[in-house]
Amino acid sequence: MIYLQIATNGLVLGGLYACIAVGFSLVWGVLNVINILHGTFIVLGSYIAYFAYVYAGIHPFVSIVIAGAILYALGHVIQAGIINRVIAAPVLITLTLTFGLDLVLNNAMLVAFTADYRSINLANPLGSLEIGPVFVPGDRIAAMALALLLTVLLYRLLRDSTIGRAIVAVRMDRDAAALMGVDVKNINAVTFGIGALMAGAAGALLSIIFPISPLNGTTFLGKAFVVCVLGGLGSVPGAMIGGIVLGIVESFGSYWFGPEHAVTISFGLLLVLLFARPSGLLGKRGYE
Amino acid sequence: MKNWITLIVVAAMLATLPLVGNNYLLRLASILCMYAVLAQSWNFIGGLAGYPSFATAAFFGLGAYTSAILQNQGLPMMLAWGTAGLTTLLFAAALGGAILHLRGHYFAIASLIVAEMLREIVNTTPNLTGGGMGLNLPIMRISVEAQARYFFYAMLSLAFLCTATAIVVYRSKLGFGLRCIQQNEDAASILGVNAYSYKTAAFSLSAVFVGIAGAIYASWVNYIEPPDVFDILLAVKPLVMVLLGGLGTIFGPAIGALILLMFEEFVWRNFLTVHAAALGLIIVVLVLFLPNGLLSLLRERFARLRGAR
Repeated sequence: MIYLQIATNGLVLGGLYACIAVGFSLVWGVLNVINILHGTFIVLGSYIAYFAYVYAGIHPFVSIVIAGAILYALGHVIQAGIINRVIAAPVLITLTLTFGLDLVLNNAMLVAFTADYRSINLANPLGSLEIGPVFVPGDRIAAMALALLLTVLLYRLLRDSTIGRAIVAVRMDRDAAALMGVDVKNINAVTFGIGALMAGAAGALLSIIFPISPLNGTTFLGKAFVVCVLGGLGSVPGAMIGGIVLGIVESFGSYWFGPEHAVTISFGLLLVLLFARPSGLLGKRGYE
Repeated sequence: MKNWITLIVVAAMLATLPLVGNNYLLRLASILCMYAVLAQSWNFIGGLAGYPSFATAAFFGLGAYTSAILQNQGLPMMLAWGTAGLTTLLFAAALGGAILHLRGHYFAIASLIVAEMLREIVNTTPNLTGGGMGLNLPIMRISVEAQARYFFYAMLSLAFLCTATAIVVYRSKLGFGLRCIQQNEDAASILGVNAYSYKTAAFSLSAVFVGIAGAIYASWVNYIEPPDVFDILLAVKPLVMVLLGGLGTIFGPAIGALILLMFEEFVWRNFLTVHAAALGLIIVVLVLFLPNGLLSLLRERFARLRGAR
């Protein structure tokens, strides 16, 4: 029965991982930019939720909207003002650029918020749910549900809206999209903004589960990497499946080998996958 | 020939430093040589072959830990350094076999992950590596001044060796093949360049000196811990230095190392709390405005002067 509990924990964790990674995956897939800033964006979202809760009593689930809006604006400005200038340059250049920006933003957060770990203690927690032999904390399951909802919303946005179709068009062929009248630079900025928005929303959700500190950015970034490679790039369903696979693998890995090995296991999995299937579990071969 | 003369003259000038400099200056010069080694090594894979490697931190930490563990088992220091270099070389050759078929982003990430994994492995094997507590090294029984000189000459010799290797490689068939791979790997393969073994050779070259530098560093500071020697910045700084000095050039990395070190020292002294942001800012400015390095700016200036005459 313990396995059922572990699988549930993995599933809950996996839903959140999917939400962490989906924005990262979108930016990577559409812009061909590895956004090192993503982890720091998530932490910033957590801080926004934290301060909104402490000073205004706004529940973190509501702060998703605030964090998302602020991060969207930040992401849009960064892409339009800075990254767009070198968007056509080789991988090394854009990756290094976002790394530099990350150093700046992360350092600014360290100075502003210090490295102390903070956490939100909800005044009215949802209690815990008991389904047969399995226990699930209510807040976590709600956070997971919201994370999946956000992910599905993003999927619908990409499928159904004009801007979504334009983003997908740019992802497929940026020159052809430009010829069809898509303003590619603007779509770049919107896409990067949406990536940041998802990061901010994920951060707000995570703020009720994990302690908040600028030092956590790298951990989140690592998770996003692994999920992306597991699921394949730029695809929302891929990120969903990758996130859930990673959550379950980590849960069982911690149970069997001890929680201190969870990171090694997920990175080991990543290396094996990169070696065997660089285009992801769902990805088509050759489309890289 | 010009390159050899430049190298020998610069190294000889640096070698006289202990006669005039104090310990502070010697420490800076040792770090300079270490940085030059890291940057020059990265240049083999990143500058010549055009593969964005972030594995430098992994090689550095691996070298440091190998040497530290061996010395604690009683192996003499120099022998431990050599073994660390060899271990790193073999590790890179094996790793290269696994990840060098990846291109672009995938290679960058795979190489980045290696340091994280090694760090976690060190953290979770406290019996061998001391885990998060770190590891102490045997202390040398000589005076502080003698130690400063000793490690300065060790780093200087390594930097000399590494740059000399670069000069040889750049003019060799290997260097030519790597440049072909950088420009168009598929075309190079078709024309008979064995891309796989060339890349593996470049990756191994980019590891061996870094491993030894890590080993020397460990002996120099007497104490190592995972966040210190597997620091992700160790993987990024070489790249910044090479970008500063000029990609794929012989003396670019060393010049970049000097510029970065002076900048770092200035920032550390004056704005300690924002030193990471300052480094980030140079990266941004560098990437946006000087993608070919500072030297390219000077070269353009010279070209314009000549043209005007």
